[in-house]
Amino acid sequence: MGYALAFIILVALVAMAVLIPLTRPGADLAKDEARIEELKAAKEAKYREIRDAELDHRMGKTSEADWRVLDRELRGEAIEVLRQLDKLEGRAPES
Amino acid sequence: MAGAGSACLTVGLLTAVYAVLASVHGARGAGRQWVVSGRRAVYCLAGLMVAAFAILESAFLRSDFSYALVAQGSSTDTPTFYKVTALWATQEGSLLLWSTLLSLFASAVLFLTRRSLREIAPWATAVLAVVGGFFLLLMVGWENPFDTLANPPAEGAGLNPLLRHPAMMIHPPMLYTGYVAFSVPFAFAVGALITRNTGADWIRATRRFSLVAWTFLGTGIMLGALWSYTELGWGGYWAWDPVENASLMPWLTGTAFIHSIMVQEKRGLLKVWNVCLVCATFALALLGTFLVRSGILDSIHAFGDSTIGVQFLVFIGLVVAVSAGLIISRLPYLRSEAKLDSLLSRESFFLLNNLVLVGLCLVIFWGTFFPLISEALTGEKASVGPPWFDRLTTPLALVLVLLSGIGPVLAWRKVTWSSLRRVLVLPVVVAAVAALALATLTSAADSTPSLIMFTFVAFTLAVIGQEFARGASARRTMTGEPLPGALVRMMGRNRRRYGGYMVHAGIAVLFLGVAASSAFLDQRDLRLRPGDTFKVDGYQVKYKRATARLADDRAGTGAPISLGAVLDVSRGKERFTLHPSRNYYATQDPSKGVISRFFEGEANSEVDVRWGLRKDFWLAVRPDLSSLEGAIAKGDREFRDSPGDTQALVIAALADRYRTNPPPAAFRAIVSPLVVWIWIGGGFAVLGALVALWPSPEARLRRVRSLYAARLGRELSRA
Repeated sequence: MGYALAFIILVALVAMAVLIPLTRPGADLAKDEARIEELKAAKEAKYREIRDAELDHRMGKTSEADWRVLDRELRGEAIEVLRQLDKLEGRAPES
Repeated sequence: MAGAGSACLTVGLLTAVYAVLASVHGARGAGRQWVVSGRRAVYCLAGLMVAAFAILESAFLRSDFSYALVAQGSSTDTPTFYKVTALWATQEGSLLLWSTLLSLFASAVLFLTRRSLREIAPWATAVLAVVGGFFLLLMVGWENPFDTLANPPAEGAGLNPLLRHPAMMIHPPMLYTGYVAFSVPFAFAVGALITRNTGADWIRATRRFSLVAWTFLGTGIMLGALWSYTELGWGGYWAWDPVENASLMPWLTGTAFIHSIMVQEKRGLLKVWNVCLVCATFALALLGTFLVRSGILDSIHAFGDSTIGVQFLVFIGLVVAVSAGLIISRLPYLRSEAKLDSLLSRESFFLLNNLVLVGLCLVIFWGTFFPLISEALTGEKASVGPPWFDRLTTPLALVLVLLSGIGPVLAWRKVTWSSLRRVLVLPVVVAAVAALALATLTSAADSTPSLIMFTFVAFTLAVIGQEFARGASARRTMTGEPLPGALVRMMGRNRRRYGGYMVHAGIAVLFLGVAASSAFLDQRDLRLRPGDTFKVDGYQVKYKRATARLADDRAGTGAPISLGAVLDVSRGKERFTLHPSRNYYATQDPSKGVISRFFEGEANSEVDVRWGLRKDFWLAVRPDLSSLEGAIAKGDREFRDSPGDTQALVIAALADRYRTNPPPAAFRAIVSPLVVWIWIGGGFAVLGALVALWPSPEARLRRVRSLYAARLGRELSRA
């Protein structure tokens, strides 16, 4: 296939693919949706931290007192993430 | 189809430019549709690059010598296996591989983040498109892989014989995948800096890509070491060669990055450090790509001089300058969210481990570029050599292995001395017993650094074994599951942690192999006639006879002539036979005669190795062709105009003459203890990385989510 013909075909195909979204403003996700995804990732990370801390404690790496303080702090942070998620997802915060 | 390939590159370059403009336009508030359009442009770029790659690969497989690249790097007698790899043995082909991989990784990360990182992702899209565009510009402007020849030759020059090795099939793509994948966290870090969103969101979104990059780069380095050990004929696996070092440096900073992002994710600390590390890692990855082909430093791995050195250096300089400028301008947004609670904590040791890793990288950087530095300062090119590297890196490697053992026993935030004593008693006892046993029962004490390394490896393995045992035991106590089930489920629920521990264990074993094989190897270099014998490390070796094979080399590389030897090796009841050889490839050099071109082209060793868990027996031969020189010259004169079949008969007669009446050949025999553990340990580390990477089943995630949500909900209601 000649360079010129291939160039024209490829440009047409790429142009079609990239220009379609421009004809549909608002096709992308809303700001809240993106934030919800980020908060869900943050929630998973916080849960993982809680599990890690608990496992560390059970394996004798942290004292009971230190673990309780840490666990309370992590759960507080997780709850804050859940509150923000509830707010964005339109659910009533738990009381 | 060369025209279509070139068109893919030109349209790809335009698409990359459009992706940059659309993404930045969208990110600056022109409307989200521009962001979507920019993202789509990257997907299109991936399609174009895959098409271009397929066109060129097909030309190699068809031996289409109208493509200059195919004529230069392949031939009809190149085995199919190596025709596929010949694409990335050339500079233009490796640029195409880089761009293809980059476009695929960029598409993957942009698809995965299409519902998150609303502000960062468009800027990251632009950065990824700039990097992709740079490589496309190099190809469109200077190194077009689709250049064609007006008069195609009937036969190609063939693939460089040194590259005809199975490890070479996957070594370069592995390295490039590693280099390329580091562009993902780099792009998102730049996006985070531009938008001042310097929290952990960009880290969470790109963590897997960092780990993928680390895994591929590490695998590539190990395969390169294996290639060096079994192909280059000098008997080692690591020569502190500039190209080897160039791949190791981003791996070291990448290792530091993978550890330090955990500190930012969990504690909000080390933000400046992390963006510096990821920018340095990406710049070093570019440097590694550049060095492998630039020829600016003497290397056993550099295959040809570059015509794009200046462009590469300008781009690397630009990456460093823009990154540094962005980091400095965003320093107020990179303040830590917390303070170190205690020096005795996992984050403190991560920081220490980071300093050692970066220290190692700086030492290697200095040693690698010393020839250029010395030339700039004194006018003379001087190099530092392996002993210099060994002297400076050995203490750092020892500290690194020790830290990889201590890190896992520490908890985040704070560890009390009493807890530390409790978890360290067993590993310290194991390490002490190992040191004592090695010092008294073996010759390990002959090398103090090696003995220390063995001790630290024992300590690290004991720590990790204890971590698995204690973790499984804790889970059994919680759930009542039997121990094996508890172990498996514990690992399944904590893949990052236990995958990471497996990596630590693998790296410790790798260092065990390095320490043992480098300090306790026995090497002999000698010249032997058939019937001669010699001893090495207690092995009795006898050179039985010479061999000569035509178009039938042992490794199936397609070598027209392969001259070698058969040697019987024995020690006690252990007996085996080795068949080292040296392959000779025809040169296309017209100044060579019709016969001598088969003997005076490229040649490389086909080493024979008897692998063993305790020790390897490594043997290479270099036949002496001086006794054939007269006959070869005579053949050039007398058979210059003879048909090919006649010339082939002459070559066969010469090879047979070598076989039946061989002159003394040069042999190198090496017995290395535990060297195979370098690759076993490395393989185990890769397995660990895969465990850490493997996503949890969605159903399990949902169950965990709901459990914790309920639990947190209860606590919330009590608050």
